[in-house]
Amino acid sequence: MAQGDGLFGIDGTALRLRSQRLNLLASNIANAATPGYRARDIDFDRALSLASRGYSAERAGNESIAYRVPTTPSIDGNTVELSTEQTLFAENAVQYRATLSFLEGRISTIRRAWKGE
Amino acid sequence: MNRAMSVFDIAGRAMSAQLVRLNTTASNLANAGSVSATRDGAFRALRPVFRTVEDSPGVATVAVDRVVQADVEPTRRHDPSHPLADANGDVWDAGVDTAAELIDMVETARQYQNNVQVLQTAKTLTLDTLRLGQ
Repeated sequence: MAQGDGLFGIDGTALRLRSQRLNLLASNIANAATPGYRARDIDFDRALSLASRGYSAERAGNESIAYRVPTTPSIDGNTVELSTEQTLFAENAVQYRATLSFLEGRISTIRRAWKGE
Repeated sequence: MNRAMSVFDIAGRAMSAQLVRLNTTASNLANAGSVSATRDGAFRALRPVFRTVEDSPGVATVAVDRVVQADVEPTRRHDPSHPLADANGDVWDAGVDTAAELIDMVETARQYQNNVQVLQTAKTLTLDTLRLGQ
C-alpha cells in the first residue's frame, strides 16, 4: 500500500514525521551544553516527498536528517543555538497540532459517512 | 533496553544532568571562602563533563560522564594571624572563580527551564493525540 492511501492518508505520515522531528529538536535542546555536539534536524519537505514516493515514514525521516549550520560557531564545537532550536520546536509543535486537527476532520467525515448523515 | 528513546527520556535525563551541574555549582560556591594550610589541601572547583548518549540516528540525550576538578589554582595569601597559617604565615584560598560560577548557575537554570518546557509541550501533544477522534 502506497503512502497516502489508507484511512489517515498523508496526514498520518506527516504526524509520524512531526513526532520524529519533535524528538530530534528535543535532543538538540537537551545537548545545549555538551561539548562537541552537532545539532541535527529533519528537512520536512524532503521527508514528505520521499514518503509520498513510497518510503515508510520512518525511513523517509531518517534519510532527511541533516546537520544544522550554525550562524556563530562556538569554541567547544557545539552547534546548538538555543534561540533557533526553541523557535523550530515551537513551530513544529504548532504544525503537529495542525496535523492533528486535519486527522480529526478525516475521522469525523468517516463517522458521518457511517451513520449516513 | 530495546525500547526507542522518547522525548520524555530525552528531556528527563537532560534535566538530571543539569541538576548535577547545579549541585557542583552550589558546592563550589559554598566552598569559595574556605581556607587551607597547604596548596594540595585547598578546595578546587568541581566541573561535570557532559556526554551525548545516542539512540537511533539523531535522537540523543545527555548524561554526566564524570565530575572533574577544574584547574583553577588556589591563591596564596599572607595572613600570619590566621590559625591555619604555615611557617611563612601563608594560607591557601580555595580555587573558585565566583563570577564564573554564578554565570554557570544562571545558564544551568535556563537550560533546565528549556527542558521543562520541552516536556510540557510534548505532554500536551501526546494527550491531544490520545484524544483523537473522541
